[in-house]
Amino acid sequence: MKPLRMIIVAVGGQGNLLASKVLGEAALIEGVEVRMSEIHGMAQRGGVVESSIIFGDASSSIISDGEADILLGFEPAETLRAIARCSANTKVITNTATLPPFTVGIGKGTYPEVDEIKRVLKEKTAGLVAIDAMALAREAGSPMSVNIVLLGALIQTGALGFSKENVKAAIKRRIKPALVEMNLNAFDLGFEAAAAGTV
Amino acid sequence: MHKLLKDSPGEKIMLLGNEAIARGAVEAGVAFATTYPGTPSSEVSLNLFQMSRESDLYFEYSTNEKVALEVAAAAANSGLRTFCMMKHVGLNVAADPLMTLAYIGVTAGMVILTADDPAMFSSQNEQDNRYYAKFGHFPMFEPSCVAEAKDMIKEAFELSETLKQPVILRTTTRINHSNAFVTFGDIKERQTNGRFERNPMRCVTVPAVARRLHVKLLERMDKAAGMSEASAFNFVTGQGVWGVVANGVSYHYALDAVKDLGIESKVKILRPGFSNPMPKDKIKDFLSGCEKVLVIEEGEPFMEEAIKAFAQEAGLVIPIQGKTDTLFTSLGEFHPAMVRENIAAFFGIDFTPAPKIDTSDIPEIANRPPNLCSGCSHRATFYAIKKAAQGMDVIHPSDIGCYTLGFMPPLSIGDFVICMGGSVSTSCGFSKATDQKVVSVIGDSTFFHSGITGLVNAVFNRHNFTLVILENGITAMTGHQPHPGVDMELMGMDGYGRVNIENLVKALGVEHVSVIKPFKVKKSIETLKEAMAFDGVSVVISQEPCILWAKSIKLKKPRAFEVTDKCTDHKECINGIACPSFYIEEGRVKIDADTCVGCALCAQICPENAIRPLK
Ligand code: SF4
Ligand code: SF4
Repeated sequence: MKPLRMIIVAVGGQGNLLASKVLGEAALIEGVEVRMSEIHGMAQRGGVVESSIIFGDASSSIISDGEADILLGFEPAETLRAIARCSANTKVITNTATLPPFTVGIGKGTYPEVDEIKRVLKEKTAGLVAIDAMALAREAGSPMSVNIVLLGALIQTGALGFSKENVKAAIKRRIKPALVEMNLNAFDLGFEAAAAGTV
Repeated sequence: MHKLLKDSPGEKIMLLGNEAIARGAVEAGVAFATTYPGTPSSEVSLNLFQMSRESDLYFEYSTNEKVALEVAAAAANSGLRTFCMMKHVGLNVAADPLMTLAYIGVTAGMVILTADDPAMFSSQNEQDNRYYAKFGHFPMFEPSCVAEAKDMIKEAFELSETLKQPVILRTTTRINHSNAFVTFGDIKERQTNGRFERNPMRCVTVPAVARRLHVKLLERMDKAAGMSEASAFNFVTGQGVWGVVANGVSYHYALDAVKDLGIESKVKILRPGFSNPMPKDKIKDFLSGCEKVLVIEEGEPFMEEAIKAFAQEAGLVIPIQGKTDTLFTSLGEFHPAMVRENIAAFFGIDFTPAPKIDTSDIPEIANRPPNLCSGCSHRATFYAIKKAAQGMDVIHPSDIGCYTLGFMPPLSIGDFVICMGGSVSTSCGFSKATDQKVVSVIGDSTFFHSGITGLVNAVFNRHNFTLVILENGITAMTGHQPHPGVDMELMGMDGYGRVNIENLVKALGVEHVSVIKPFKVKKSIETLKEAMAFDGVSVVISQEPCILWAKSIKLKKPRAFEVTDKCTDHKECINGIACPSFYIEEGRVKIDADTCVGCALCAQICPENAIRPLK
């Protein structure tokens, strides 16, 4: 497979690393080579967590600026911050539910309008899917399933080329049995929302 | 059963680099392992620790890297395959035994892992530990990917056993924290029953012995040089008159770049994986077919300088470059595009990368710096220190841990941080060199690591400062590993002792010792004031478990607080403690119920009593 480079950005605690592992497992099922790398700031105390996933025929495990084929953002401002990793050919999928940094919470920094974030992302990349993954996660039964909702949206776009069934099988392998049903539901909600979330 | 203990050769599984290293050690039949936790090496030890609970593998978290290496040295000289792991700066702590252990050597395989951190994702410097291998005369391996890391550690144990010399495995964060598919191999049977054969002429390094050992060491390294020449880890791929030498992760960036640039027919790449001693003849042979050579390595010009010297010996006058003003830097991490651009530039290939996105008109986004957790006891302690020291001219030496983050406003506790244990010894210096008040902080794990020795010094030399030991019951920053003050029964583990910090500090001769519970704010401030008024060394032990840890072992149940209507909007809570659960909505302070754990610190500092538990 021609290399496909994907960046996931999230805030610590949003389940980015688990989402990456599910995709890695799905790649194993799909028979696609994969390498992943993660960056978390000092001790992860509320900072940004970024994973790079490279599918297919390449050797590196990290992605340079401008070279991501897919950007999956768990938090809209972080998606926007990662735009330097994209080119005009990048497909972007983002959550619209915000988690403002503490500095913003106390009035010492600005958080851009979500509509403005969407506008910029759409204008500069090859297409944007924006969904309120938090609302869907709550609907599925737990705010913790934001990550899987977003995986559902990602798979719906077809940008990765993995089948829905294989990703679901990967969820079953990587997520605790007691939580599998809820997460499969979250995945479906994200999958369905993605079609409507294209802007 | 732990997934890395499975005896299922041929199974393909997705592993983190650090897991692959731990698995490699298991496959190599490692019987004895020691460490002090440090990112990016932490998960190697975490996995071995877990495995030791369900097998006859011996594992320990030692008080510091020097101790870990000394413990390991004894095991490896008793016939047990031994693994000692640490982060790059940890090897500085262990450097003293390291240099002499090279002379003594080992009787069974011993591998020392140094996890280097280019770009300093979680470190105080980006030193290149390949020089330790050269400096101390250790054979060294450097993997380029996760799967290879597993294979290399097995080879490293074999080599160590053959040479009777510890071998260094040098990784970088990008190997430790990458995930990839790995295929399980056979597990060699563990030899767990050691025996030490007395041999003073090898093991007692009085000068007369050490002089002879140095000769032997050089002989062993000669032998290692021959093995490096023949090693399958030192290989050449491709053919052509343009040469690239690349180690570690850079090798893969180079492979991708050559393919992307379409110059496969012109370039050959040498990848030194057995990189100390360097394979001199192999390199000379490689150079002799090249018109020009580019050396790609993160960190210092370790290979570049050696390769230039080899070229000189071989009488080759060809351009060999690596670190220059226009090519590679010694700073930070490399990435694929950088390697591709530099290869294109060096060999004169036209290459226009896809235009980057114009980010000049992106709306401003506030930074998201890491922060002490909501309900972190350090925040309460720092607040109390700050209040107790109000109006004084104070220096706050700090140390390595979550609490280093306390240097940020509004708490601003942390003026000087250099290394583990450094807060105590620098306090000694500051207290002598200045007339300022010195109130320093250190975590409990760090205190055991190397704070104690500084405190001994302070007692003996009659220094004058207050040391606050932040006893949160665990090594928090690296992911909750035990240390000698931890109550292991809380983790459901028996068979451990426990060192009481208060007794220890008293026994060292500190005359003014007090204990505070930092969430009792008023009381803590009073106690701190008393300690600071004492003329001499005083120690305050602040006891309260790390909230993340307490939650994970179900010691604490979070309970959210709220800001009631009594709030008069002066924002003392925000300006005083800045717990990340606060936010402002329509000008009013609010508390995020999802993240607040109910430590009640804010409730106590609110002069209006406006903060209350949520009903
Ligand atoms: S992990 Fe523990 S010690 Fe570290 S910031 Fe969080 S609560 Fe504090
Ligand atoms: S009680 Fe106050 S200080 Fe403690 S976690 Fe909640 S908001 Fe933060």
